[in-house]
Amino acid sequence: MPATDPNDIVIDVRDLVTTFDTDAGVLTAVDGVSFAVRRGRTLGIVGESGCGKSVTALSIMRLLPQPMGKIRGGEVLFDGRNLATLPPEEMRRIRGGRIGMIFQEPMTALNPVQTIGRQLSEIFLLHITSDRKQALEMSIDMLRKVGIPSPEIRVGEYPHQLSGGMRQRVVIAMALACKPAVVIADEPTTALDVTIQAQILELMHALQEEMGMAIILITHDLGVIADMCDDVVVMYGGRIAEAGPVDDIFAAPAHPYTRGLLSSIPRLTTPRKSRLNVIDGMVPSLAELPVGCRFQNRCPFRIDACARQPPRENVSPQHTVACHRWRDLPPFVSAP
Amino acid sequence: MSQPLIQVENLAMHFPVKEGLFQRSRRFCRAVDGVSFTVGAGETIGLVGESGCGKSTLGKCIVRLLRPTSGRILFDGEDLSQLSARKMKPYRRHLQMIFQDPVESLNARHTVGEILAEPFAIHDIGDPAHRREKVRGLLDKVGLPSSAADRYPFEFSGGQRQRIGIARAIALEPRAIVCDEPVSALDVSIQSQVLNLMLDLQREMGLSYLFIAHNLAVVKHVSDRIAIMYLGHIVEFADAENLYRDPRHPYTRALISAIPEPDPRRRSERIVLKGDVPSPIHPPSGCPFHTRCPYATDHCRQEVPRLRPTPDTTGHEVACHYDRPWN
Ligand SMILES: Nc1ncnc2c1ncn2[C@@H]1O[C@H](COP(=O)(O)OP(=O)(O)OP(=O)(O)O)[C@@H](O)[C@H]1O
Ligand SMILES: Nc1ncnc2c1ncn2[C@@H]1O[C@H](COP(=O)(O)OP(=O)(O)OP(=O)(O)O)[C@@H](O)[C@H]1O
Ligand code: SF4
Ligand SMILES: [Mg+2]
Ligand SMILES: [Mg+2]
Repeated sequence: MPATDPNDIVIDVRDLVTTFDTDAGVLTAVDGVSFAVRRGRTLGIVGESGCGKSVTALSIMRLLPQPMGKIRGGEVLFDGRNLATLPPEEMRRIRGGRIGMIFQEPMTALNPVQTIGRQLSEIFLLHITSDRKQALEMSIDMLRKVGIPSPEIRVGEYPHQLSGGMRQRVVIAMALACKPAVVIADEPTTALDVTIQAQILELMHALQEEMGMAIILITHDLGVIADMCDDVVVMYGGRIAEAGPVDDIFAAPAHPYTRGLLSSIPRLTTPRKSRLNVIDGMVPSLAELPVGCRFQNRCPFRIDACARQPPRENVSPQHTVACHRWRDLPPFVSAP
Repeated sequence: MSQPLIQVENLAMHFPVKEGLFQRSRRFCRAVDGVSFTVGAGETIGLVGESGCGKSTLGKCIVRLLRPTSGRILFDGEDLSQLSARKMKPYRRHLQMIFQDPVESLNARHTVGEILAEPFAIHDIGDPAHRREKVRGLLDKVGLPSSAADRYPFEFSGGQRQRIGIARAIALEPRAIVCDEPVSALDVSIQSQVLNLMLDLQREMGLSYLFIAHNLAVVKHVSDRIAIMYLGHIVEFADAENLYRDPRHPYTRALISAIPEPDPRRRSERIVLKGDVPSPIHPPSGCPFHTRCPYATDHCRQEVPRLRPTPDTTGHEVACHYDRPWN
């Protein structure tokens, strides 16, 4: 099975620890996170607000807010190097080159006072060619590829002249310009309408088939995960609760948090106006995370042992879970 | 059937916008453009559509935060559409609205207790002791401790703030609440808590809801009937089950197919629409959907299709020149 071929691994994140210095002291936003992303595959990272998804992505890209944010431990292996300790100028060459980025709000990635063509050309000029005319031609080709109509006209326009969906296409064009080995997409469709989201997801999928890049897709939408991803990492309170192939996690979630999430969302098949399952309590803030299992104060299966951090154990060779009680849970009844 | 609680008839809200050189040319943003439907007592009408299609504007017209350009809003048979603020006051307590971001609608400098007591003060109900009693009752009803009364909105999480927003909306025991994306900003695990609360309150108090959201699975869960909006028009209106079982309008079909279902066994066969939603300042001729519709004909480009009942006699209505049974 290619899944176990180590040569297939594009990015290998090992025991990543990221902290913020704040007035309230040092807060650990990402606490020992490990996962590997494989060539041509899509890894989803899912979890509720504040669980550390974006900080994980920013750590990989070395774009943590300075000087508060620091990588305190672990490594990010890419192309045989550890990105966590790479000098800033080398990192700059990798960003937008071998690693592409797409963020939720396309305007943050675009310069409002430069034309689309100029911004795309810059990327080609930085990484691929020194010829301006050729860079512009490459830009037009790339815009055509992401489905922007009349790209030769659009290159002369500014971001505000485009719709939200079109802007996100431009950002995708920029992220993919240099045929990256991996693209990190942080909530790429959250700000978009459902039908536009469908366009963008379809586009990302088609480009992946064509170009073979790996994708790290961050979202809080389990529907998007089920639709797009091969593998998924479920985060809670800065740690990985559960990880594995999407089919396994949705069919047989082993962590009480994943189970809670999957059974609390209304689906088209849920009887109307019936009581939805809930996860009691609130999403805790970093400062008030419990010691031991992060989920213990909301977990219906809690026992005294949960005050110690659960080890990450294998449910199957590909499927891991961090819960003291995963073996004792009743069989999961999936939605109809 | 008895008279519906709310009857919206041919409602339109056209905002004046300035455009062009020296901002001279006066045009209109046709945010809501001739919408009719009814809301029964204790009923939930779901309102779905993409950003900018006019959902919030329609909701604000109904609770009269906006004065509509034309059309009628009958509440218990009384037309509210053009009432002055003073004449509107007795109706306000029966018609409430809650918003996506409860923070924006809650006064940050007042304690939760003060915020919840305010509706009683405005309508001159009870003395301070009575109001404190009411506030405790409200907090209890929405699942917050009575100690919450002495704290400020910013001290609460998003889900708790939405509970405060709901408590305020139900304070005077209204007949209907317009809920504008009430759970969209909440985490998945908190959404279901708030939805359960809203359904409980509806059962208990006989409330009617106009429930606005873009998550179709959430809308289907809470609604009895659903209206699909596009560019200021209702393009399809149907019983919630029917709408999903037998969507008739090409837009509804694309919208439903585009929802990513949280089930990898059912990776959706997406119908991907081309292009973007047109601007309501320059709406297309004929059918508002024709610029993106895969089936559009010349007829569609020329004539506006009216919302008409389908032959199935379930009250299902569609605004398309071509009624096709798809399944
Ligand atoms: N600059 C910062 N200073 C202090 N804490 C921060 C900073 N940036 C992020 N954090 C904290 O780190 C934690 C993880 O944040 P992160 O942005 O990764 O969450 P997320 O999972 O992406 O959530 P969302 O779904 O809301 O985007 C949060 O609790 C957040 O408050
Ligand atoms: N006060 C106003 N003045 C001018 N135009 C307005 C005003 N309020 C809304 N609009 C316009 O009316 C249209 C409908 O807006 P509305 O807020 O009702 O949409 P919506 O369906 O609620 O969208 P969303 O899902 O983004 O909340 C939009 O084009 C908007 O720009
Ligand atoms: S009327 Fe025509 S354009 Fe409009 S939705 Fe129907 S088929 Fe499409
Ligand atoms: Mg984030
Ligand atoms: Mg709105």
